[in-house]
Formats: sequence, C-alpha cells, structure tokens
Amino acid sequence: MNMALINLSKKEIHCKIVYYGPGRCGKTTNLLYIYNAMNNQARSKMLTIETKGERTLFFDLLPLNLGKINGFNIRIQLYTVPGQIIYKATRKLVLKGVDGMVFVADSLKVRQGKNMESLQDLHDNLLDYNLNTEEIPIILQFNKRDLVPTPIPTLTKEELEIDLNSQLNTKVFEAAAIKGIGVFETLKEISKRTIQYVARKHLSTNH
Amino acid sequence: MADLILTQSVLDKTKTEIENALIKAGVNTVLLIDEAGNVVTACKHKTCTLDTTSLAALAAANFGVTAQIAKLIGEDDFSLLFHKGKKDSIHFARINNDLILVTIFGENVSLGLVRLRVAELAKTIEKAFAQIY
Repeated sequence: MNMALINLSKKEIHCKIVYYGPGRCGKTTNLLYIYNAMNNQARSKMLTIETKGERTLFFDLLPLNLGKINGFNIRIQLYTVPGQIIYKATRKLVLKGVDGMVFVADSLKVRQGKNMESLQDLHDNLLDYNLNTEEIPIILQFNKRDLVPTPIPTLTKEELEIDLNSQLNTKVFEAAAIKGIGVFETLKEISKRTIQYVARKHLSTNH
Repeated sequence: MADLILTQSVLDKTKTEIENALIKAGVNTVLLIDEAGNVVTACKHKTCTLDTTSLAALAAANFGVTAQIAKLIGEDDFSLLFHKGKKDSIHFARINNDLILVTIFGENVSLGLVRLRVAELAKTIEKAFAQIY
C-alpha cells in the first residue's frame, strides 16, 4: 500500500491527512471552517457525502495547496471519516494511504466512552495496515471547549489528557470548531508534521 | 511500506500508452489513480473540465466498497466495475494492488473495445510500474 504520492515530473507531493474521532465530535465542522476561510486559489471544491441527518456517510474531502518546499508543490487532501461505530469498514478504507492524522475528541462528558472507543478503533484499523501512531504523525484536538463555561457537563482538559493522550503523548489543541477557534492551529501543526515526515523520508535522498 | 514515487520516464511512458490505447480510440478521459484516491496521471481531451481530484477520491472509495461487497459473497475483489450512463459510461479496472485505471467514454465507443484495450493496457502499466516499487 502506498502512502504519500510524489510526482517528480510535475514536482508535486500529495499527502493525505485524516480527521478521526467519534460521531458528532466536529470533524466535518473543522473542514467546513477551513473551506470557508481559505481563498479560492488555495482550496479546491469540498466534497461531502452526507446522510439525511447531517452525518458523514462516507467521507468529506477538502484538497488544499500549501505552497512550495524545495521546488515541490505541496498538495494536501483533508479527509474525514464517519464517526458512527457501525461504519467501521468505511473508516478503514479512508485510512488507506494516510500520512497524518488529527484525532478530534468531544469535550462532552457523555461522550467520554465514545472518545476512548474511537481511539481504540483507530489503533485497530491502523494495525490492520501495519501502521501505528508512533510512525504516522498524529495530534489531538479537544473540541467543543466553548461549552466548558455552560451548564452542560464537560470533561476537563486533564481528564481528556488521561483518557486519550497517556499513550499518544502528542501535542494537544483546544478548539471550538464551530467558531473556528483552534481549527487553523490544528491544521498548521498536522500539516507541518506530515510534510516533515514525508520530506524526511524522501527529499533528502536523491531520486 | 513504500511511498509511491513517480519518475518522469515511467509517467511519460504510461501517458503515451494510455493515449495510444484509449484516447485515440475516442475515449473521453482516462485516470490512473491509487487506492488512497490520489491521481497518478490524467489523460483527457482539452475541452474536458472534469474534477479529477473528487473523481479519484470517489473512485477509490467505490473500489473499496465493492471489495467489501465481494468479501460478503465470498470473493476477494471485483477486478473490474462498469457503470452505464445515458450518454457517458465509466469503467474501472484494477491494475495491481495499488493502481486503478478509470476510463470514461461516450456512446461512440463500445464497451467491448474499452475492455479489450484496458486489459492490454493493464499489463503494460503493471510492467512499467514494477520498476519503481
């Protein structure tokens, strides 16, 4: 199975970044915010396959152009997966060829179990492709932080860290994707790590 | 697991082969994509304004889905898929573990010709890519 696609003829590198997380945690909301905030030159059309109830049925796809490194055009494709547990087969398909991942966690207290279940599902699916989160860049986004001051019961940052980051030990961003808070910070960091990861493997060597 | 690195020579050769086998036979568009949904190369007529990025992502997903359907009925995979439209039709063929050839053609080209040419082309492309894996 391939990962990044490097086109020496067009001098392009294509990377695939997947937003993973439990159902209704805000993966599509992240992509929509990015799409609306980017100018037309940098973005292509956003592709969404939704079911009637706003849920992502298959995936959302947002292709972005991120400029040049060493004369290579960097093209990134952002994908989401359907979070609902029944779509396991689909999630696995979308992970095919992944170069970087964002795990979006839901800050709602009632979703605590779903977050952990989804992270375990990610580990299992990666393992089926002989991948792991130590090799492929992954960062965490704690979403819906705007709900913390409201009466709705939410998880503290520390609780989320213990549940999700004790094993990953990666960078965390707090976000309120619906308002755009933390969305670009997350995207910047995962893009940087993904490109470094792909470049480390290839651009230093002579092809 | 390796990344797919496309060299100029392999890409040029592949493009020429696709042009000769399919585009010259009247086929509208041919995309060579990988299973992750990346466009490896696209050959199309100048007037065509197709969104190849979306098409590649959906075609890869489509292949993945039918592979799961295949497993449900006890097959490993369906190596080719065909969707018939009113004017244009689309044909998908697996080249190797990673590559899928997508052919879009109108009424002026027969399915039989596409199948024949794609089968020959698949072998040529498989050989060309064998050097870069």
